[in-house]
Amino acid sequence: MTIETDVSAICDRYDNDRHRMLDILLDIQTAQRCITPATMDQIAAATGLTRIAVEGVASFYSFLSLTPKGRITIRLCDDIVDRFSGLEAVQAAFEAALGIKMGQTSPDGAFSLELTPCIGLCDQAPAAMINDVVATRLTPDRVHEIAAALKHGLSPQEALAIPAGSPLDRIHAQVDSNIRLAGDVLLGSVPQDAGLQAALNLTPAAILDAVEGSGLRGCGGAGFLTVRKWRMAAAAPSDHRHIICNADEGEPGTFKDRVLLTERADLVFEGMTIAARAVGARAGILYLRGEYLYLRDHLMAVLASRRARGVLGTEFDIRIQMGAGAYICGEEGALISSCEGLPGEPKTRPPFPVTRGYLGHPTVVNNVETFAHVARILDRGAAWFHALGTDRSHGTKLFSISGDCERPGVYELPYGVTLRYLLALAGAEDAAAVQVGGPSGTMVGRDSYDHRLTFDDLATGGAVIVFSARRNILEIVDYYMSFFVHESCGYCTPCRVGNVFLKKAIEKFRKGQANDDDITYLRDLSATIIETSRCGLGMTSPNPILTSLQNFPLVYAALTKPTQNGIKATFDIQSAISGARDIAKRRSYIFDPDFTK
Amino acid sequence: MTFEFLIDGVTVTATPGQTIMEAADAAGIYIPRLCDVEGLRHQGGCRVCTVKAGGRSVSACTQPAEAGLQVENNTPARTKVRRDLVEMLFHEGNHLCPICEKSGNCELQAMAYRLEMTAPTRFPWLEPCRDLDASHPDVALDTNRCISCGRCIRASQDQDGKGVFGYVGRGIHRRVAVNGADLAHTNAAATDHATQVCPVGCIIRKGEGFSTPIGERHFDHGLIGHEIEGKRK
Repeated sequence: MTIETDVSAICDRYDNDRHRMLDILLDIQTAQRCITPATMDQIAAATGLTRIAVEGVASFYSFLSLTPKGRITIRLCDDIVDRFSGLEAVQAAFEAALGIKMGQTSPDGAFSLELTPCIGLCDQAPAAMINDVVATRLTPDRVHEIAAALKHGLSPQEALAIPAGSPLDRIHAQVDSNIRLAGDVLLGSVPQDAGLQAALNLTPAAILDAVEGSGLRGCGGAGFLTVRKWRMAAAAPSDHRHIICNADEGEPGTFKDRVLLTERADLVFEGMTIAARAVGARAGILYLRGEYLYLRDHLMAVLASRRARGVLGTEFDIRIQMGAGAYICGEEGALISSCEGLPGEPKTRPPFPVTRGYLGHPTVVNNVETFAHVARILDRGAAWFHALGTDRSHGTKLFSISGDCERPGVYELPYGVTLRYLLALAGAEDAAAVQVGGPSGTMVGRDSYDHRLTFDDLATGGAVIVFSARRNILEIVDYYMSFFVHESCGYCTPCRVGNVFLKKAIEKFRKGQANDDDITYLRDLSATIIETSRCGLGMTSPNPILTSLQNFPLVYAALTKPTQNGIKATFDIQSAISGARDIAKRRSYIFDPDFTK
Repeated sequence: MTFEFLIDGVTVTATPGQTIMEAADAAGIYIPRLCDVEGLRHQGGCRVCTVKAGGRSVSACTQPAEAGLQVENNTPARTKVRRDLVEMLFHEGNHLCPICEKSGNCELQAMAYRLEMTAPTRFPWLEPCRDLDASHPDVALDTNRCISCGRCIRASQDQDGKGVFGYVGRGIHRRVAVNGADLAHTNAAATDHATQVCPVGCIIRKGEGFSTPIGERHFDHGLIGHEIEGKRK
């Protein structure tokens, strides 16, 4: 088949619908490993867009490429936890085995090697995506085995010895769910469709009342009352309403949705179906992050079995929308943009998605865990759920714990336990710093371990990343800032530019070139970014700096040097003029480290 | 059906559906802005128009006015934040006013003067190396001076019906690009709205450099926003 007919067939597969642009581009990337200008022209013609509009989407997502990629693309997870678990040696092993450097594609087009932010496998780091499968707990020896098998012509599945079996078996052959503590609500034994059966006997208004009575708040991190979204969407006048499940679990250190989608997929879809009945929606989307591609077959199988059982597909149906490597798509508006085939840019608010969301229709977007809770609330009753947890944080929460601890994995606990309690469960009593809620959350030290994990005290969407005293706080902060620089969509000035400046300022501290007033500068610039950013990414991106400044002030103070008599001790005239000297080709006998060059 | 709200203590009349900025403009109160321009969809990207409305920071160009809302606009705190944003835009690109044909007509430069960006700034220079596209016979595109306001994109789509311009890339690498190999391979024309709406020296007309001498240019006659403030009763 020629490239042209290939592209045309792929566009046809999605009815040449511009709103399915992300699916079209992902299929083309898989088939041709590249999206060329000629291909973009063809897609533009088929979907009635301009080529620049297609290029805008193709150039936005990390998993789409305008230059040719290898037949096998290996993406090493570059999270800070992976870095602390031997990423460097694993990377060196891949480079040596494949004969290419990071970021390169082999001349024969066989392999590409890339780094990618957190892929949701921090509890089994270092990890890597190899096309559509993942490898965990990598060591240099294992890398050499895998690379040898791949070079021998084996498929990634064969190289990783993933047996043919059910989709769920294949996931389990790649990844451990690591459920360390199952609570009463989600990870204990759960009857099939009990919540949905209860909901079918209730009016939509009664379902809303049940969700309200439970006190359920959104589990993605923001903690918005679930029923408020639902009521607004139900009240918005429209013929079409949508339910979207946000499975773009991108916050570094968070992997509890991966486990829910693996072990409790039915419960998640059940919750979405109940939501659809409550608000009057007929269509649903599960937005699955591109890094979780290996979960798709399993989720499709669960959807098919639900349709076969008659609990899905008549009044309400769900499709899976794959993401393509963009943290920002976890933001509700950006996620909707992405579902509509646009770059993952947040939408202007107001209007809010509950009144004007997907394709302009009222849309409820909730996290994976939130929908799973809904199904259990309808089964066991609002009062049961409401009695769990604390006064304003009801129910249980899934915590994904990783980093320097003995028992990384997922823990289901009622809201309100102390961080100290959770650290003891995970075998992390000697933790020196804990990142609660991922980079956009809070970095706390030992004096904060008695705080409670609730929405109002120490809030987290699920991530709890443990760092021992061996770790360098500023290395962690620096990494998180580089993450936000990489993941900013670029729409608004403060987030696009300000985060680059914050990252550079932290580098200055790490090089020992910071002055006392650089601490003021960090706070001041952070305040501007938080105040003026357009969405939650920019409003939280300075948090690694602000919370480490607050809880580890000595780390910063130890690295600054005072300014005396107007002279900055950190100013190095020789390094300041070295660039100019290079251009002028004038060397210094005294100061040049190597005059012979 | 009109209603009233307050900007810096001054009562402003608005109609339902109006943004804070639209109502302010009509009342002769200037809220600094760069990406927003009359006649185009609101983008809310530059964030220079950030005001405090009912205690929350919002972009005035996209936020609907509400009855009784108290808006803080022209205060030292707002001006400081806006100056930070304008400085960010200067430091993100390569803005060399003395050699730029747009100097004196440039809204970025004019905004810097209005916000009193007079001292050297604390931010690092990013000094990017971006494309210069001089392929078109009548229009040149120097993206080193682009501030990502997106006016050309919206004007080309909505007013010219062409779609010559669009954003590509993400984050700090997000750029305005054209619908073809270069500008000469698009249907852009010097008469397009899109090629005339650029607030900076990114999209400029060829063949008429310095036809208006420095000293007689638009912002030599008054601070940016003075036309709007002139409408104040």
